[in-house]
Amino acid sequence: MPESTTHAISVEGLTKKFGDFTAVDAISFTVEKGEIFGFLGANGAGKTTAIRMLTGLSKPTSGTGTVAGYDVLRESEKIKKRIGYMSQKFSLYNDLTVKENIRFYGGIYGLSRAQIKEKTETILVDLELTKVANKVVAALPLGWKQRLAFSVSMVHDPDIVFLDEPTGGVDPRVRRQFWETIYQVSAKGRTIFVTTHYMDEAEYCGRVSIMVDGEIKALDTPQALKAQYQATSMDDVFLQLARHTSANG
Amino acid sequence: MSAISIDHISKSYGDSQALKSVSFKVGEGELFGLIGPDGAGKSTLFRILTTLLLPDEGEATVVGHDIIDDYRLIRKEVGYMPGKFSLYQDLSVEENLSFFATIFGTTIEENYDLIKDIYIQIEPFKKRLAGKLSGGMKQKLALCCALIHKPRVLFLDEPTTGVDAVSRKEFWEMLKSLVKKDISILVSTPYMDEASLCDRIALIQHGEVLSIDEPSAMIKGYQKQVYAVKSNNFYELIELLRAQDFTTSALPFGDCLHLTTEDELDVKAILRMISDKGYPNVEMTKIPPTIEDIFLGLSDTQTENANA
Repeated sequence: MPESTTHAISVEGLTKKFGDFTAVDAISFTVEKGEIFGFLGANGAGKTTAIRMLTGLSKPTSGTGTVAGYDVLRESEKIKKRIGYMSQKFSLYNDLTVKENIRFYGGIYGLSRAQIKEKTETILVDLELTKVANKVVAALPLGWKQRLAFSVSMVHDPDIVFLDEPTGGVDPRVRRQFWETIYQVSAKGRTIFVTTHYMDEAEYCGRVSIMVDGEIKALDTPQALKAQYQATSMDDVFLQLARHTSANG
Repeated sequence: MSAISIDHISKSYGDSQALKSVSFKVGEGELFGLIGPDGAGKSTLFRILTTLLLPDEGEATVVGHDIIDDYRLIRKEVGYMPGKFSLYQDLSVEENLSFFATIFGTTIEENYDLIKDIYIQIEPFKKRLAGKLSGGMKQKLALCCALIHKPRVLFLDEPTTGVDAVSRKEFWEMLKSLVKKDISILVSTPYMDEASLCDRIALIQHGEVLSIDEPSAMIKGYQKQVYAVKSNNFYELIELLRAQDFTTSALPFGDCLHLTTEDELDVKAILRMISDKGYPNVEMTKIPPTIEDIFLGLSDTQTENANA
């Protein structure tokens, strides 16, 4: 990341239109380096479109911004090299072994053979997966898969990791273990950008933004948001902000 | 007569046992929740009860019909919304609905009353292809299609997974109004906070039922003590509490952590101890357990075994 930038993510007036429909309507925010930033919103609020712009997969209609120090309009390929991405839907290949998955992603991100070997060793030891290194991923318990997917998304030591509903449907214990892993990663200075539908997880974030109808309607620490909306939980805050729009589907 | 009666149902896929001797009954007009994470066996049970899969052992009936001998009768009387969106993506909203009505030998008009409250919300988009709907609308259409033949029992497999908190609340309100119309509902969810919205629940993990009861009775009957602890040094405090003899578990729960113990604690003494270790300004209050606390408490040993 170029020295001059202080923010991991900084966007101003970021907008995406599909024909007449404005999916993301001039959102502006910054994410600090090493922060755990929760990106919340109802289904259809524009979260996915926003994430696609931030990860260099979709070109903004208007607005400016940088991710990992690179311009979202002109340097999307550079951005992709400096970020990691993990979701429930897209992460590991079930029919490849643990080792093969690491090697595959290492290759995709242009790591050398020596680097891949070293990374494989580190991940296997850190996650205590050495014994199952040659087992296909499909055979692993969900909690292991999930932590492996998280590690693999960071195989190229990215500055920022995007976690798109990483904990959907998983065991409450595994969900908590996963958040402890997130904290460890963030403590090492890596920035975490996370979406979730679990409102208790919103409380684990440093700051949280809530998107409604393409706009960011609220952005602050969970404590400040609860105080502002006189709510006892983030669930309350979310309901107050998002309820009126949900009739649209 | 029970709407659903399950008697020692077991099912394995190769070496992995998906259901281990599961038994429970769902009463008529009951909203019964099957609460458990991915891999608990919920979908397998749904497929067995909807006669799409045969159990290895055990018996079950749905509205009095045997799941093996009378499978044809069951299929006419149940509505099933699978976990994965299974409508025709290249048919419109209207076409999907009329397709399912025709399959069951009925018409949209005949049972319109039943789906009206839900359908009017998606009616403005009735010409749109199902594949082009947002997640919330897909879910509403799938529910309409599962209801269009006026089933006596509704099977809903994780209808709210991946759905935002607001739409989830609205979906549960719809279910409440359906049970009032004499439809029995078996619904599964990985969201523990939805448990309190059911008449009765079964907590399920690794193919085994951990507990069955009314949510309020489950909370009342829980033997362990739960304390909500608030502090600025969340993760350090967790480590400190986990190291104490009195601690059964210390886990993050949103903006506080929940300390579970076997015995009642002297809160003042504990706070003094915590303060002496360098954490002043800690709040600690005894609270009733949540269903998630109970699930975590009951599933303690099982989780470790499964990963062994």
